[in-house]
Amino acid sequence: MKELRLMKGNEAIAEAAIRCGVDAYYGYPITPQSEVMEYLMSEEPHKRTGMVVLQAESEVASINMVYGAASGGKLAMTSSSSPGISLMSEGISYIAGAELPCLVVNVQRGGPGLGTIQPGQADYFQSTKGGGHGDYRLIVLAPASVQEMADFVELSFELAFKYRNPAMILSDGAIGQMMEKVYLPAQKERLSNEEVEKRHGSWASIGKKPNRERNIITSLALQSEVQEKHNFKLQAKYKQIEETEVRYEELNCEDAEYLLVAYGTSARICQKVVQLGREKGIKIGLLRPITLWPFPSQIINKLANQVKGILSVEMSAGQMIEDVKLAVEGKVKVMHYGRFGGMIPAPDEVLNALEEKLIKNN
Amino acid sequence: MTEEIIIAGFGGQGVLSMGKILAYSGIMQDQEVSWMPSYGPEMRGGTANVTVIVSDERISSPILNEYDTAIILNQQSLDKFEKMVKPGGLLLYDNNGIIHPPTRKDINIQLVEAAKEAALMGSTKIFNMVVLGAYLKLKPIVNMENVMKGLKKSIPERHHKLLPMNEQAIKRGQEIVQEVQVV
Amino acid sequence: MEDTITTQDIIKNGELVFEKTSCLTDNVLSYCPGCGHGVAHRITMEVIDEMGIQSETIGIAPVGCSVLAYDFMNIDMQGAAHGRAPAVATGIKRVYPEKYVFTYQGDGDLAAIGTAETIHACNRGENIVIIFINNGIYGMTGGQMAPTTLEGMQTSTSPFGRDVERMGHPLKMTELVATLPGTCFVTRQAVHTPSAVRKAKKAIRKAFENQKENKGLSFIEIVSNCNSGWKMTPVKSNQWMEEHMFPFYPLGDIKDV
Repeated sequence: MKELRLMKGNEAIAEAAIRCGVDAYYGYPITPQSEVMEYLMSEEPHKRTGMVVLQAESEVASINMVYGAASGGKLAMTSSSSPGISLMSEGISYIAGAELPCLVVNVQRGGPGLGTIQPGQADYFQSTKGGGHGDYRLIVLAPASVQEMADFVELSFELAFKYRNPAMILSDGAIGQMMEKVYLPAQKERLSNEEVEKRHGSWASIGKKPNRERNIITSLALQSEVQEKHNFKLQAKYKQIEETEVRYEELNCEDAEYLLVAYGTSARICQKVVQLGREKGIKIGLLRPITLWPFPSQIINKLANQVKGILSVEMSAGQMIEDVKLAVEGKVKVMHYGRFGGMIPAPDEVLNALEEKLIKNN
Repeated sequence: MTEEIIIAGFGGQGVLSMGKILAYSGIMQDQEVSWMPSYGPEMRGGTANVTVIVSDERISSPILNEYDTAIILNQQSLDKFEKMVKPGGLLLYDNNGIIHPPTRKDINIQLVEAAKEAALMGSTKIFNMVVLGAYLKLKPIVNMENVMKGLKKSIPERHHKLLPMNEQAIKRGQEIVQEVQVV
Repeated sequence: MEDTITTQDIIKNGELVFEKTSCLTDNVLSYCPGCGHGVAHRITMEVIDEMGIQSETIGIAPVGCSVLAYDFMNIDMQGAAHGRAPAVATGIKRVYPEKYVFTYQGDGDLAAIGTAETIHACNRGENIVIIFINNGIYGMTGGQMAPTTLEGMQTSTSPFGRDVERMGHPLKMTELVATLPGTCFVTRQAVHTPSAVRKAKKAIRKAFENQKENKGLSFIEIVSNCNSGWKMTPVKSNQWMEEHMFPFYPLGDIKDV
């Protein structure tokens, strides 16, 4: 039986983490996501499920604590906001290199630098193209509601363990701070050490048993030939993820003449834009990527055959638009509309931009 | 039914909690709700506002450029949001500290002297409940039974002894709301 | 001829006096001949062997000369990013409190880039063991100045000797962590003579026993030579260590709660 609550997105992530049987949360306070750890601490999950919650000395330490727990086959996560994720990028690269499953939540704010504490979506490049050094990918999920904040915790861990790859929930300050109805999953038990060993004993670093070789977690190869081979293995994994795990939502795309592409908070705003546009007789559709990596390129390519123009709406100066353009392969005009630095576009602004950039000038 | 509301005033006036009670009340009668605060770095004393949407349908944008109702509790918020009320919509305001009252002719304007009333009732803390009562008199989007349930849900249990006082303030708000202009 | 004695006969009839612990792998050590790392590895692994905790132990390797410690230590290990070993150890120990976790770090790793992680793991009293090899230099990257480089000591980034006015003072990390309430056992040892090795091994054993008893963080500094980095013969470097390092980094227990 799912339980109904009114919660902030940040709180929903925290409660879902406890209910999904997460073993450890390591974090460091930063606005606008501090409610995640505040909620966890107030719930005393060590009493509810035995979950570890630890406030670390920095984001750098947090992500490396996640590395430690993930190395042991445990469900480990952290959350932060943009500047904190930059600090974590070193650790995330190591986690990707060492092929460890974990969850990193980014409740984005406006940047660059210390920026603002208001919502932003300018970490798209950082999340989907790297962030840290080396050729690696994160599985990036973009929730557009408080419900998805809760739902994506379990989904992230499922995907992270399926591919032994770090997963990220890329949210923003609006969804983190917003309250909505949320149906919470039933409480799951955390896996016992024996169960972890049964499932992940082939790789997890949990103490060498006499019947097996030692398990070493590392991202170091030293020899180029070995490192290249490892990279080929990673690339094969990423290809499989691209083929299998693309997720998106279509709204009014069947008869759309103009297409909005937006994720997270921007996608919510664009739902209203679709409605406002249609009231004016403009047939607008919305394609909402749920996975930002892997990116839903195929469906966008297909829709490009049908529509007269595409507007990529982001709370950034134009980042996702690059992937939209690659997907469209030049078939139709692709434009960007965005507010940034903590500003959120209003629905009428977006509709005006669509009319200006795609209809009037065509 | 979809009701899109902005509640705006100073931090500490109970703007966010008023919105929270509305959201909870909506949930109590199986409606969709969203509560979207606009937050600044100030914890107290700065301007605070919250967009609350209560609807029978899935809610699209939690961020709006026009509202069915604006509940305004200070001058800065009046200056900012008066123009964002939909034609024919409602502007409810408390006149404490208001130097330039609303002037639009195409919206319904209602006054609730909530600050004054709360002081008369002996607690400025229930100010926001008086305002909420006035709003619910004008737009009974949620029934009172569910409002009381919502109120109970959004107040921590240790403060439940204050429930009767809050309930009384809501009722008082319903009684004292005054018509300024109806279109 | 029948009465020829072969090596096999000697082994068969002889008494076994020394054997490499099975907690070390057969891989050839990558350390320079004369370096103290090999001995420090051996005594750590002997302790794990003697306590019978191989299957319950997780080691964290650093970045530095001992980055490949997991090639030599026959236990489950994790390779940490530079300086982050105490955070990684915290992460795994908190979800497996019943297992034995230790970090093995050099001075650049622990006392420069990883200072924050070290101080805070010590201050929280994480129930782990930190083994800290201090040779006053960055060995792996080719002999640059370390936080622990002595005043006047020449390195590739202090070619005219460490000028403390411009380059700061050598850092006594061990004395520093001894002031923190989370540490239960803080000691400085060496591995350059048989008696020093015996003492160092005893200290490591005590540290792991402390972990077994949930006493808090045990911190063992091992002052070691870096004959390559110091550009000396192994014998000379050990002499130099006694003459210069030990006066500044005196051996012995600093804290034992």
